[in-house]
Amino acid sequence: MPVPDALEFFIDPGRCIGCQACIQACTECDTHKGQSMIQLDYVDRAHSTQTVPVVCLHCDSPTCAEVCPADAIKRTEDGIVQTARKPRCIACNNCVLACPFGVPKMQTKMNLMMKCDMCYDRTSVGLKPWCASVCPSQALAFGTREEMARLRPQAKPVNTFRFGLQTIRTKVNIMVPRDASSDIVDVTAAMHEPTIGHEILDDVFLGVPDGGDA
Amino acid sequence: MIQSQRGVEGPRDLDHGTVPPDGRPLADQPKWRQDFPIDWAQDEYVSRRELVKFMVLTSGALAAGQLWIVLKSLFRQSPASAVGTPIARVDELVVGGAKTFTYPEGSTPRLLVRTGAATFVAYDQQCTHLLCPVVPAFEVGRLHCPCHNGWFDLETGRPVAGPPQRALPRVLLQVRNGTVYATGVEDSKT
Repeated sequence: MPVPDALEFFIDPGRCIGCQACIQACTECDTHKGQSMIQLDYVDRAHSTQTVPVVCLHCDSPTCAEVCPADAIKRTEDGIVQTARKPRCIACNNCVLACPFGVPKMQTKMNLMMKCDMCYDRTSVGLKPWCASVCPSQALAFGTREEMARLRPQAKPVNTFRFGLQTIRTKVNIMVPRDASSDIVDVTAAMHEPTIGHEILDDVFLGVPDGGDA
Repeated sequence: MIQSQRGVEGPRDLDHGTVPPDGRPLADQPKWRQDFPIDWAQDEYVSRRELVKFMVLTSGALAAGQLWIVLKSLFRQSPASAVGTPIARVDELVVGGAKTFTYPEGSTPRLLVRTGAATFVAYDQQCTHLLCPVVPAFEVGRLHCPCHNGWFDLETGRPVAGPPQRALPRVLLQVRNGTVYATGVEDSKT
């Protein structure tokens, strides 16, 4: 049974309080074999408590599946990119390295790539995924677009991302300020921000001008 | 306005399969992309659950079919009748002589053999191996199928040599007033 079209997933990193409830809840999902599929990223741990929960964004053209040499990663009719098929996965790690969002996780004990499948056993019957069920600030939310528009009048959902020359459209939406000028989240542009990852990337991208406090 | 977000590059079109990263139509893509689709529906991937379901259902159908055959053979009506159908006169055949007939009307050919002064036997003429017609070999007390050298006992119809494994179906006979009547057919037994 496919996930209902009307129900969508919304990520709002600005609401994340870093409580890790989603990480714990994720392990409870029947399709996750006790593993947590969520990564909670610290944006700049030395200077900020800001965290960003990362679930799979279920790309229209999933890079993980594109690079899979064993044809193990499949997307179901509702656009959910599933965990690698166990009989096919050769645990080569290609998908782990290729995913622009860093979602797939290699379970070396099982020799199997596992990834967020939006709690397929739950969402396919109309329930919320575990993370969205437990998230106290609803940084991870699952519902209809109308609900989102009503509850969060200051934000709008965006589902297009840009990494350099690659544009990615996803099934999952990310919430941005309503008055944002662009409907595209330019992810790599953030690498040139003065604070975020500044210490490392200054050495890597030599052409980048000095930023801020250096 | 919110709805238009999704439509930046047109609606999602999963029905037509995987959208490649370069966005060009599938016809312009290399062949490997058609051979290894990302979408489950195009991949014809058979999950373990689907396989188990298929096997359980087909096994169930097979078992039900077997049961149906058993019930059908248990309740099958024999065409036996007390009156019977006249198939030959006694003086028509010498001892060791044979005649083909059909019983009931429209059946496969049956073979009537006179084995003694007042004794007759009749069997289906089709060999139980590959349906070749059997011929009487009265001098050795057998029926012979020349196709693969199969032999049947003339008295009982049971296979005695060669490929056949099952006995010839026997036609029940009665002799009344100088006429041989067929009154029924016994099923083939091993």
